[in-house]
Amino acid sequence: MCLGVPMRVVSVGEDGVVAEIDGVRKDASLMLLDEEVKEGDFIIVHAGFAISKLDEEDARETLRLMREVFRPEDMA
Amino acid sequence: MKYQDEFRDRDIVQGLASRIRELVAGRREPMTFMEVCGTHTMSIYQYGLRTLLPPQVRLISGPGCPVCVTPNEYLDRAVALCRVPEVIVATFGDMVRVPGSTSSLLEERAKGADIRIVYSPLDAVALAAANPGKRVVFLGVGFETTAPAIGGSILAAKKQSLGNYFVLAAHKTMPQPMRVLSADPELKIDGYICPAHVSAITGPDAYRFLAEEFRIPCVITGFEPVDLMQGVEMLARQVVAGESRVETQYSRVVRPEGNRKAQAVIREVFTPCDAPWRGIGVIPGSGLRIVDAYAAFDAGKIIPVEVEETKEHAGCLCGEILKGKAAPADCPLFAGACTPESPVGACMVSSEGTCAAAYKYGQ
Ligand code: SF4
Ligand code: SF4
Repeated sequence: MCLGVPMRVVSVGEDGVVAEIDGVRKDASLMLLDEEVKEGDFIIVHAGFAISKLDEEDARETLRLMREVFRPEDMA
Repeated sequence: MKYQDEFRDRDIVQGLASRIRELVAGRREPMTFMEVCGTHTMSIYQYGLRTLLPPQVRLISGPGCPVCVTPNEYLDRAVALCRVPEVIVATFGDMVRVPGSTSSLLEERAKGADIRIVYSPLDAVALAAANPGKRVVFLGVGFETTAPAIGGSILAAKKQSLGNYFVLAAHKTMPQPMRVLSADPELKIDGYICPAHVSAITGPDAYRFLAEEFRIPCVITGFEPVDLMQGVEMLARQVVAGESRVETQYSRVVRPEGNRKAQAVIREVFTPCDAPWRGIGVIPGSGLRIVDAYAAFDAGKIIPVEVEETKEHAGCLCGEILKGKAAPADCPLFAGACTPESPVGACMVSSEGTCAAAYKYGQ
């Protein structure tokens, strides 16, 4: 029920955005978001509201660090 | 979004698993970590994460699904409401199939009640605007993630001067049941996998008392297998070092201060109250009720109904499952009398329920 879905912002309107995931587009209200969003940003959408912005850099950095630590060849 | 898939990278998950094994090698005392988020429960079952962990690390599920922890009494009230003429009950999908004491919303719909499944409470507000002759009641169930959305819908209805939009509020907040479970000597929880999107709203400080007062490590993790395994590794590391802190693995979404705007909406529309949890009972200060200034939107105040006497489902172990004291397989009804097609208890209905996850992924 309370799943938040990461979606990409495709357009920004007055008090909401249109966001997309897997080809599905949905309106999301910005009433609960305290961060600025622009086209191309990723947001977490829950029950029709954007509740958080997803920091893509942070995500990539997490993965990069893990890959460095867990190189397949070291993990026999 | 490619990196989303990358959080399912097998090599990384295996790497984390072997690191956890190294960390706990030689320990005789097992450690028990509880997740209190239905979506975490689903991921743990879906990716079979338990099978990757050494015997010293035990994962148990707690009261993580808002549908499951909603007691029969609330469902009975919703059923009574949908029988009121000119009332439309609007709700998230999972709620319609949960059996109340003698009926469910789905059964009522078959008998002619007007029940609409919506994706957002804003859809329910639009429904009220489009049906001025009817009264639309939204079933306000959920944790800190959902409460601001429902609060937002009340603010939107007010802005549009709608007099026919109401919420039957039964919101719950997560830290209080965690306090109750932490104090339970029978459970002995050694660490919490803290909910992801609840924490995006509240921020990590909501769990500080668990780390400081109860000395239980807490890690906020995301939903992907890499997230969960890293979360378990961070917990195990704290346990081994004898530390207890609140850490955030899911920093790509959860900010240290949480979401201030959403917190402000909760404060504007709701105030804490005592609330009943299925299986746990009434927990002081664990619910949110609509403040008097918005009483005009409170279905509980504006549309009084007679509610039938509450009956529990014979044999259902949901209560024990929500406390982490029983697993689905412990229930004599599991996969026999109780299946997702004909659920006896709430834990089998909700897609985030522990019994539903165990049934679907065969564990
Ligand atoms: S709101 Fe989201 S994060 Fe919180 S318990 Fe439900 S599924 Fe988990
Ligand atoms: S299997 Fe069904 S009856 Fe048993 S605890 Fe789970 S939901 Fe309740």
